[in-house]
Amino acid sequence: MFDPVLAEIRFGTGLSPSQKGPADTGEMLDRLTGPDRAADRWPLPKFEADAVPQLREYYQMRRVTKKGGNSPEVEAANKAYKQLKRQVREAGARQIAMQVLRGALTEDGLRERLTWFWNDHFTVVGRGLTGRSYITGFAEEAIRPHLTGRFADMLWAAASHPLMLQYLDQHRSIGPNSNVAKKSGRPYGINENLAREMLELHTLGVNGTYSQADVTALARLLTGMTVVELRFKVDPKYAEPGIQTILGQAYGGPPRDREADLRVFIEDLASHPQTLRHIAWKLAVHFISDTPDPGLVEHISAALIGSGGELLEGYRAMLNHPAAWAAELENVKPPFDFVVSATRALDVHPAMLERMNAKSLDTIFYAPLRLMGQGWMTPLGPDGWPEADSRWVTPQGLAGRIQWAMTAPQALTTRLPDPRVLVETALGVQAPQSLRFAAEAAETDWEGVGIILSSPAFQRR
Amino acid sequence: MQRRDFLIRSLALGCSAAASPMLTPVAFAEAPWEGRLVVIILRGAMDGLDAVRPYGDAEFAKLRGKLAGPNVGEADLEGFYGLHPALEPLRPLWNAGSLGFAHAVSTPYRDKRSHFDGQDLLEAGTVGLSGEGARDGWLNRLLQAVPGVSGKTAFALERDQMLLLRGKAPVNTWTPESDLNISPQAQRLIELVHHDDPLFSGAVADAIGIADSLELIDNPMTALEAQQLVRERAKEVGGSKGHLLLASFAAARLREEARIAAFSLNGWDTHRRQEKGIKGALGRLSEVIGTLHQELGPEVWGKTTVLAMTEFGRTARINGTEGTDHGTGSAMVMAGGALRGGQVWSDWPGLAEADLYAGRDLMPTRDVRAHAAWALRGMFGIEQAVLERDVFPGLDMGSDPRLIL
Repeated sequence: MFDPVLAEIRFGTGLSPSQKGPADTGEMLDRLTGPDRAADRWPLPKFEADAVPQLREYYQMRRVTKKGGNSPEVEAANKAYKQLKRQVREAGARQIAMQVLRGALTEDGLRERLTWFWNDHFTVVGRGLTGRSYITGFAEEAIRPHLTGRFADMLWAAASHPLMLQYLDQHRSIGPNSNVAKKSGRPYGINENLAREMLELHTLGVNGTYSQADVTALARLLTGMTVVELRFKVDPKYAEPGIQTILGQAYGGPPRDREADLRVFIEDLASHPQTLRHIAWKLAVHFISDTPDPGLVEHISAALIGSGGELLEGYRAMLNHPAAWAAELENVKPPFDFVVSATRALDVHPAMLERMNAKSLDTIFYAPLRLMGQGWMTPLGPDGWPEADSRWVTPQGLAGRIQWAMTAPQALTTRLPDPRVLVETALGVQAPQSLRFAAEAAETDWEGVGIILSSPAFQRR
Repeated sequence: MQRRDFLIRSLALGCSAAASPMLTPVAFAEAPWEGRLVVIILRGAMDGLDAVRPYGDAEFAKLRGKLAGPNVGEADLEGFYGLHPALEPLRPLWNAGSLGFAHAVSTPYRDKRSHFDGQDLLEAGTVGLSGEGARDGWLNRLLQAVPGVSGKTAFALERDQMLLLRGKAPVNTWTPESDLNISPQAQRLIELVHHDDPLFSGAVADAIGIADSLELIDNPMTALEAQQLVRERAKEVGGSKGHLLLASFAAARLREEARIAAFSLNGWDTHRRQEKGIKGALGRLSEVIGTLHQELGPEVWGKTTVLAMTEFGRTARINGTEGTDHGTGSAMVMAGGALRGGQVWSDWPGLAEADLYAGRDLMPTRDVRAHAAWALRGMFGIEQAVLERDVFPGLDMGSDPRLIL
């Protein structure tokens, strides 16, 4: 059962020489439900609260600069626009530093891991400079506040977030018989993108018992969910009137009640047993093994179903099941998780990352992550990053990890740790004999550090 | 120890404690054929009706509105289809018989229209997603069916591992941007600490072997020098022309020992403002084929077939956002000097309401795997029985479309 090293490696962001790990599962859950210290210490901009006002200003200036010419008004706007654009870009580049610091210096690693897990479950890729620069705002608003709450609340927050509505084209999906469509003569209509992914990825899973007819009906029900001035709104003018039958149940009706109807649907979908089973399975795969113990999945699933979708009960069930503490490390850290855990093992000083400029952040994080196969916050599709370990362990992916482990630590620390010490602090009892030998035998400290951090023992969790 | 053995071992997770592949040079056997095959997976569902526009079908303009394009004129292919303007740069290849299309084709995947299952099925080459063969790629099973295949025969150019080439036969995967700089002592220690983890030991041996064969391994003397090498490499490969880098890298490998290259092009999921989105995606495909043509040189291009396939098509009608949603039938793009090109292979189903699949999608009239299988038969002389049983289990190849010269 509970093991302090596994708690940090498997359910946290890795072992740290300075941060004290939890003493038992009770403490893990206490920290998780306590104050969010990492987010307070290393804040990231929220999308609606912080980004929207700046983005409005940005778009406003762009409208002026697009007019062209060289009137004093345009020239002043040009200058201000360029300055703001630089600010937006710098803010965007800094996101990764804050995210890495949270993981590297937290005492509540489970919270970071769950944030990344759910962020990936509800994948959103930012579009354009502004979308990319504020992409972490999605998790700050839609994921992190709901980590230990009801799945229905997280589902609603994610599905109604402006970045999600834009990513899956929902903000342009308009009921063909809606008021807007009838008044304008233009051909308006449905876009199925969000409806399909909501059923396939966010809830029931691709093996769920839904059909194309359910997707189409849901797409009609979702009309009205849109983005106005970068904020979420349910606008009845765009909503397709009428009853929609989804998964055998009738939803909807007159457009004026659309928000309430949508909330009823989201409640039903979020507490659907297929949804909760799908989530239980995903948690077990993500945290424990690509082929998880069926008893473990069943245990998590029963807790989620029994509590009506209380996520905390799902985590508690996972942590209280013996299969969660199997000694063998089966999963492989994805590149970002690897980089964070290495930064944690190096006990990086926060100022090192807080002060790093955009160019260095690119050399040390963004570019290497792309080579390792995980460009920051840019998975190929709404299904997010792969879970299968074999997908990460490729020749080019390992070459990327080795290159990073050999070079980045030098830039992240003022003085590299002694490899013989690092092997203990980074892996503890999990350090194999061959790695201890290699730590002694390396010709230089930077190679020793590189060999330890790129070793399979450090990649697994 | 044979390279093939440790590659197999690396797949049989945890089942073996065989000897270390330490410092084993990459074995190279004469490839069993001279022909070159490039398979490109078009991820996101290419709209075949937009890439190759069936303007000769009276329903087409009605369904497509603005997306139907202007009068065909010079875009004409065979008096029935028109080429999307973004593919026009390939017109000389069409005229030379080195470009062709199969239309109204699809995998056996139906109804759920999930990208991810659709792509898995396309790459597995099977009828369903469970059962025999579904965890292997069809291109890998092709290699298994042929004796004398070496690790240098096939190159997958992905940051991720492609299902298409996953399986027991040895395959190299690498990206043109990747690099590896380690001293000989570090290399030995890296191999040592990877040795006992079967998943990692094969992959790290491959990484070292490939980097070595590409002459990428520099030996930095200091940490600063190692950092400098990383920075220089990053400068070299920066920019948005990643697809050209892929095509050049593939061409360079195919000019040497490699006989098969596979990679993906993304950006086909045109739910909204398709006119803009597909122009970029087709433009990149067009540049990739153009680069392969140019950089392979006339002799190797003459032995080359390029197959560009997608997981499914898109709705026949435009949706509410000037785009199209997930559909069924699409088109396959083929190129290469080995192709009997200059034609569109199709049993055209029609676009009237009653002719559409489920009243919404282009009806597939042929399994896209059949075209791929006939191409393999024509290129490499693989027996039909092997193709229908091992490479594409459960496929009925049907009549020979005579794709290859």
